[in-house]
Amino acid sequence: MSAPGPYRLSTARQDERLDFSFDGRKFYGVHGDTVASALLANGVRIVSRSFKFHRPRGIFSAGYEEPNAIVQLHSGAEVIPGERAPLVPLIPGLQVSSRVGWPSRSFDLLRAIDYVHPIFAAGFYNKTFIWPSWHLYEGWIRKLAGLGHAPTGPDPDRYDTCHAHCDVLVIGGGEAGLAAAVSAGSAGQRVLLVEQSNELGTNTQRLRELAQVTVLTRAMAVIYYDHDLVALTQKVSPTLSGESANGALPRERLWLVRTGRVILATGGIEQPLIFCNNDRPGIMLAGAAGQYLRRHAVAPGREVVIATNNDTAYPIACELREAGVDVTALVDAREEVPSHLAAELRALRVPIHFSTMPVDTHGFSGLKSVSLGTLNNRDQVTAVSTLPCDALLVSGGWSPALHLFAQAGGKLSFSELTRTFQPVAPHPSIEIVGDAASPPSGAGAIRVSPVGSAARQWIDLRHDVTVADIELSVRENFVAVEHIKRYTTLGMSMDQGKIGQAPATEVIAKARGMAPSQLAHTTFRPPFVPVTLGTMVGRNVGDFYAPTRRTPLHAIQAEAGALFDDFGSWRRAAAFPHPGESRDAAVHREIKLVRAGVGLYDASPLGKIELIGPDALDFADRFYINNLMTLKAGRVRYGLMLRESGVIFDDGTVTLLDEDRVLLTTTSGGAGRVAQWLEEWRQCEWPNSRVVVAPVTEQWASVALTGQHARKILERLQPECSVSNEDFPHLEFRKTRVLGSEARIYRVSFSGELTYEINVFSHKAPALWAALLEEGREFGIGPYGVDALLQLRMEKGFLHLGADTDGTTVPDDVGFGKPAAAKQRHYIGKRSLSLPENVRPDRLQLVGLRGARTAGIPIGSHLRLPDSGQATDGWVTSTGLCSADGMPVALALLRAGRQQTDKVTTVHDEGRVVTTARVVSRVFYDEPGARMNA
Amino acid sequence: MLRIPCPYCGPRDEAEFNYGGPTHITRPQLSATDTEWSHYLYFRENPKGLYRERWLHFAGCGQWFNVLRDTVTHEIHQAYPMGASGE
Repeated sequence: MSAPGPYRLSTARQDERLDFSFDGRKFYGVHGDTVASALLANGVRIVSRSFKFHRPRGIFSAGYEEPNAIVQLHSGAEVIPGERAPLVPLIPGLQVSSRVGWPSRSFDLLRAIDYVHPIFAAGFYNKTFIWPSWHLYEGWIRKLAGLGHAPTGPDPDRYDTCHAHCDVLVIGGGEAGLAAAVSAGSAGQRVLLVEQSNELGTNTQRLRELAQVTVLTRAMAVIYYDHDLVALTQKVSPTLSGESANGALPRERLWLVRTGRVILATGGIEQPLIFCNNDRPGIMLAGAAGQYLRRHAVAPGREVVIATNNDTAYPIACELREAGVDVTALVDAREEVPSHLAAELRALRVPIHFSTMPVDTHGFSGLKSVSLGTLNNRDQVTAVSTLPCDALLVSGGWSPALHLFAQAGGKLSFSELTRTFQPVAPHPSIEIVGDAASPPSGAGAIRVSPVGSAARQWIDLRHDVTVADIELSVRENFVAVEHIKRYTTLGMSMDQGKIGQAPATEVIAKARGMAPSQLAHTTFRPPFVPVTLGTMVGRNVGDFYAPTRRTPLHAIQAEAGALFDDFGSWRRAAAFPHPGESRDAAVHREIKLVRAGVGLYDASPLGKIELIGPDALDFADRFYINNLMTLKAGRVRYGLMLRESGVIFDDGTVTLLDEDRVLLTTTSGGAGRVAQWLEEWRQCEWPNSRVVVAPVTEQWASVALTGQHARKILERLQPECSVSNEDFPHLEFRKTRVLGSEARIYRVSFSGELTYEINVFSHKAPALWAALLEEGREFGIGPYGVDALLQLRMEKGFLHLGADTDGTTVPDDVGFGKPAAAKQRHYIGKRSLSLPENVRPDRLQLVGLRGARTAGIPIGSHLRLPDSGQATDGWVTSTGLCSADGMPVALALLRAGRQQTDKVTTVHDEGRVVTTARVVSRVFYDEPGARMNA
Repeated sequence: MLRIPCPYCGPRDEAEFNYGGPTHITRPQLSATDTEWSHYLYFRENPKGLYRERWLHFAGCGQWFNVLRDTVTHEIHQAYPMGASGE
């Protein structure tokens, strides 16, 4: 069986045929093909439509720089948009689509735009679609642009992240890269060699013998971070997509490589020649045609003309001719070339025309002929002739691929000699070798045609930017290359102008009347080539996006039917709905249970930090607005902690466990940052304090037994201490034993009811929980969740930090002005409390609101006082229903709130007045605190 | 991604550290004017070039230390313990 495709040469390896589809039509390729080579072999000339003018476009290159052949793979959730056809290995059954053209890719009625192209010059969108609103046009224009369709579901593939270290990172596995790797490896250095394709250069024998050289194929270096950290993306799964989800291999890997030194053997990117209608299908980079010939035995056409301004096209012409392709002419813009090059080609009977370059091409959907201009010694065209051809191979010289060098901070400038950007000075960590160091094209010659319509000379094929667009932007006073780039969108598409940057620089320079070497280049931003978001994210998706923290009582609460929700990093029981009961109804029932009977609550996430050492209490005292020095052993005190700015940072209790041991509790969300804050001050400000900061949140589970029957139930567990109100009053602490285990019991209350917070080692918590439920059964005990607790505390007017306070709240705003002022000793934040801003009379102060029966008070709604001249006088921070009468009540931060008592505010939500509310005391329940002290 | 030479653990990736802002800041006396105090709270130098700053090796030894870094090149010239004054 012969290899498939009319453009496949007879020298092709006989192999099994692979079927694939392109825009629904079936084609055949062979193993080793890429999508691009298979399409070329099948004579598919038009692979896409241009972005603006919907002109037909063909495959232009053979690598990552491809501007035209951008295709979409697969369908449904597995869709991969924006793949470059030359980089996609052909696999059986592959679905490829162009996603362009209406009604189809090869017959696109929108090409009508091309015939009115003068309207669509640079800045057209900015000038035209601004009235009345861009959004009116956006959907229609996006449809025209043909940028592919998004996947219809979550990505089924898996991605990995790897970290690596090496002494030398060699980027590029061609001959220069191989030699560099062998040299460094032989010197005993750990080498990582990265190659984008499947294969290395030819001379790999020495390399394989060196154990300290690691080779990564199908990998590209994409980002050069600070301090020589280089990110690589590696394609791993051979099947591209879908199947990797079930298989052992990820689709792609992200490598983060910290290296001592980098050797760039990244080669060059061939630049095009710029002439009229240089975008027709059939026009291709000469180097690309050489690769398709060598790797895939595919001919670029039947009648081939080669146009060059440098030596590199000559060997390709010879190879094509030797493979039996009809090369009808080679034209060279230069007057003369090294004699051996011309001699070889003439021996193969290929005519050569010197001082000649293409000035125009002809055809409608594909290339039919090329007009060649004869240049005089001032690069003016003196005569034009036409040659028929169906393929035109162009070479405008090679630009070294120095993107990573530039990303690393290396400076480049345009060299008039090689007509490309070259390093100005070496980079301390980077060595450049091979073609990347010295372009094989040597000294350059003219590559932009001096004649023909500038509006038909394409610089950026992907974004349809022409020489005329650049000239227009210069006429409109865009001077900097960055501005010209953005105004014309030159080099802003997914190929990021890899092809055409060098000629573009020359065109800009000419339009501005200066030398190209006086121009800067636009920033080479990472990544070097597009990177799949999945590769960046790796495995940190779904459940692995962030760690989930569960309490030691998670399982036992789940068995009891807990409804879990996320509270900061913790997954906690929000409520315990009975079968068929709503969350709201469950919360309502749980509130009643605590107020009228007894409930059980998992308070384990409460932050717990021990300060240990002779200076523990003295150290703690420096952080709180409350005087702790008078705290007696066994006593508990509530306190606020401030930032140096005076703003409230955290709140919690302080317990003197022992003479040299203090326990602080923090908000559940603040446990980490408070411990870090204490440690920062200990290390940086008071290094002589004899104290250790020990976070112990996870060591101790905490169960709150709450309600009027709490004492009777606790007594039944026979703790080794008296729990009577006389022996163990509110705000005291006992170190004791419960159920045979060490226990710390605190009488603190966040609900306003009699509460014992029983702390045991985490692994003992489930047994304690079960025992309390068992002993409490006759009192009707039941668990309650975070939702109920937050309402219980709201009714008591207790602070919920971060909800009732924000990044401006100082103690006086929430009613703690007196203790903050009374404490004589200095504490963190004290000095700032007297700053003018912090004593303004119109500050927001926390107050209570009582609403009307008819409507709730939405959380976050804004308030306005009667006769207010302000847009807002504050906002609602917490809401709920008063358990005594069922009326809506709320806490709010209100302008000069404490002076507004009994005033009626309007409540605004989503731009409407939704209800009114009266300003009252923020304690709605048991103001004297009799119940928690009982 | 910087590679930071922790004075206690040696060179490690930036991902292991927390940034702590400028170091060697002198806190004014409590008797300072409101203006002086506010300046201390809210105003920081933002130089182009050498900068002394604090870092915390939270995923390592848990220690704070000082770093002298060039804000243009990111070159780290020194890393030295809290309490030391640097060169």
